[in-house]
Amino acid sequence: MNILDNDITAELQTQVKQAISNQTPLYIHGGNSKLFYGNTVDATPLDISAHTGIINYDPSELCITVRAGTKLSDIETLLAENNQILAFEPPHYLSSSNNNQDTATIGGTIASGISGPSRAYTGSVRDSILGVNIINGSGEIANFGGEVMKNVAGYDLSRMMVRSQGTLGVILNISVRVIPKPEQNITMTFEATQSEALSYFQNLRKNTLPITATAWLDNIALIRLSASEQVLQSCKEKVKGDERLNADSFWQDIRDHTHEFFTDSKNNDKPLWRFSLPPATPAKIQLDGQQLIEWDGAQRWIYSNAPDNIIQGIASSFKGFATHFKDATSNNAGNKELARFSELDPALFVLHKQLKNKMDPLGIFNPKRIYRGL
Amino acid sequence: MNMSLDTQIYNKLILQLSDILPESFLLTSEEELRPYECDGLAAYKRLPVAVALPDTIEQVQAIVKVCSQLKVPVVARGAGTGLSAGALPHEGGIVLGLSRFNKIDSIDTDNLTAVVQPGVRNLAISEAVSPYGLYYAPDPSSQIACSIGGNVAENSAGVHSLKYGQTVHNVMQVKIVTIDGELITLGSETLDTPGYDLLALITGSEGMLGIIVEITVKLLPKAESIKVLMASFDEIEDAGHAVAAIIADGIIPAGLELMDKAAIHAAEDFVHANYPLDVAAILLCELDGDDIQLAEQVEKVDAILRDKKAVAVEIADSPEEQARLWAGRKSAFSAAGRISADYYCMDGTIPRKQIAHVLKRITEMSEKYGLRVVNVFHAGDGNLHPLILYDASIEGELESTEKFGGEILELCVEVGGTVTGEHGVGYEKLDQMCVQFNEAELTQFFAVKLAFDPDSLLNPGKAIPTLHRCAELGGMHIHNGELPFPDLPRF
Repeated sequence: MNILDNDITAELQTQVKQAISNQTPLYIHGGNSKLFYGNTVDATPLDISAHTGIINYDPSELCITVRAGTKLSDIETLLAENNQILAFEPPHYLSSSNNNQDTATIGGTIASGISGPSRAYTGSVRDSILGVNIINGSGEIANFGGEVMKNVAGYDLSRMMVRSQGTLGVILNISVRVIPKPEQNITMTFEATQSEALSYFQNLRKNTLPITATAWLDNIALIRLSASEQVLQSCKEKVKGDERLNADSFWQDIRDHTHEFFTDSKNNDKPLWRFSLPPATPAKIQLDGQQLIEWDGAQRWIYSNAPDNIIQGIASSFKGFATHFKDATSNNAGNKELARFSELDPALFVLHKQLKNKMDPLGIFNPKRIYRGL
Repeated sequence: MNMSLDTQIYNKLILQLSDILPESFLLTSEEELRPYECDGLAAYKRLPVAVALPDTIEQVQAIVKVCSQLKVPVVARGAGTGLSAGALPHEGGIVLGLSRFNKIDSIDTDNLTAVVQPGVRNLAISEAVSPYGLYYAPDPSSQIACSIGGNVAENSAGVHSLKYGQTVHNVMQVKIVTIDGELITLGSETLDTPGYDLLALITGSEGMLGIIVEITVKLLPKAESIKVLMASFDEIEDAGHAVAAIIADGIIPAGLELMDKAAIHAAEDFVHANYPLDVAAILLCELDGDDIQLAEQVEKVDAILRDKKAVAVEIADSPEEQARLWAGRKSAFSAAGRISADYYCMDGTIPRKQIAHVLKRITEMSEKYGLRVVNVFHAGDGNLHPLILYDASIEGELESTEKFGGEILELCVEVGGTVTGEHGVGYEKLDQMCVQFNEAELTQFFAVKLAFDPDSLLNPGKAIPTLHRCAELGGMHIHNGELPFPDLPRF
């Protein structure tokens, strides 16, 4: 294990305490690779990216405990050496403010709660989290959850830190469950219209095949399966299409948004919307612009200039949600406060505000990052 | 009537509740209230001032509003099978029984979900969706009786949690009634919901944050085949090492359970599972999947078990043989009740690598206190259930047992674990919470509670100890071998 510098933890705590006593809000961030995800926080930066290191890792415990600033790539390299992976296949978006470097940290991954291609099959960020250590709204360090698989002592505040985007506290350390790395992956692919692909994915869901990703774009359906060689051989007969060789880079590009779909300038002159729908939603979303489907249809990426209310209306008509994921590249109005996430039901929003108020009474942590008023 | 509630308020309460509920849905006489005095942990008993048994969400909203206005505590209750006195009534409050909410509202075989009312029994969900080749994964041992609403409130787990997760991993959406009587939806039918993860927060919150009135559960397709392996060991530490070795090899069994010699003997005398009697421990390992994958895994696990000094490995192929092997495990608590006047069950969880060490320390403590221990537990999760055998009629034995139990839980925390893996804190483990959490953490929990329930009316006095309370120890007390539901299998 590497040497952990305790001065860095103390320094972060001092900065938080100072912010509390001065009542000056903080913008908590790690590698800034997900800077675009949410509203811009106009506050004093609190940089977590130097708070790095592996605190505890024993492969037979299926758990790794790390400092929040630790780079995802470092964690994944260590896990791979022990034939393990993070179940939720988190994205490593390239940081535009850091020369397109891979700066994604585990802290940002947990705070944003964005999962990758395997999410629909092996679980989400929140499904994997076991414990957190945070600096709370009083500037104290507190521990919730732990490193064991089952733990029902106290409210599950560790899972609630996922996708709270730094608005409830400063995440210092994180314990996540890890899973064995599958021996091999194969990807099967065939030509299909969107509705053909959706209906095929839907049928697959009722089987127990070792599927770990699906995608549809450009009239091509892709299915990734992960298991031992022998099991995968038998899967080839059960899944439609031909094997696509060397598909790992394809899935990585989908995961990291480095695929042409996300980088092509003819797409990203419009904002990128992410639809989250019930998995079996058979319908095509009737919007202009190219679409990429993942998670059997539960996650759909669409570049569209349609007005927000039209887009939110479509999402809610399918009992789903739409997120204004990323601005159009031509949009330089960085500070503009948009409704990036679907609006919450008023009574639910009241609960959110009460919770925020109890956990961060002075409104120090990432104000307005998700919603105005939080 | 009950002296802990002001007579005037009591009269107002009953009058207003009578307006909301038909006569037979409101219980007020002592003989009617008696069955609600405790849950599955019968050591703690209290009579509520009334029991309300609504059958519509509107009635729940109206009842909660009345209680909120009159500042009367509300204790929600499902099937009452909980093991930590989480549904123990408040002496000045009502019990809100959700047993009439017993319908499965819909089954969605496309989205693989079911919308169920909170009083639906856990097993009834799997039975209802079985014709579609589906099941609901979390399987607490009391699943024939426990209700899904209670499962969500406790974040219940079972033998198969190692691979398929706890309740929190298998619920998509929950509707709650807040203390203000508002109906709020947490989670959604999608895989990502905007806002804070209040669904995770409500799961395992022990009725302290809201009343759960509807649950959308996730359903899974049934596995193609199942195999159960039983390995015998001459040293319990070897069994502990085998558990870690299986996991380290990249295999996640559907279930991985350990029983020590005392548990084997008690179970064998009781159900005749044909367990070996001359060994120190047995490990039961359930594997599932398609036939090819299963064959690979059985071969690997068999080799690991033998490498870790298993003296014998039996592989059960048929459902009948598998049921026989599981029967002893599932009846182990009842079996312990037959060999001792009383027992005290702990629920600590520890890192797997500490299993051998902790078992050794428990043996040493057992000698120190002069009290026998039966060890039977979810080894794959590191979730221990040591049963301390004692006789409450012998003076001082209960006190030593409680001290012994406290020492075990402190050991669990010391090696990096938790005081409760699945039974919940309830009223029972309030004191042990003080060992695990410091002042800042407990204060944070109270802050969360107040965000949902500013007057602390929802199940007050449970789950989170007040800061000045950190004295005595609690546990699952079973008197004269009488389990509250002796016919239920227990884990």
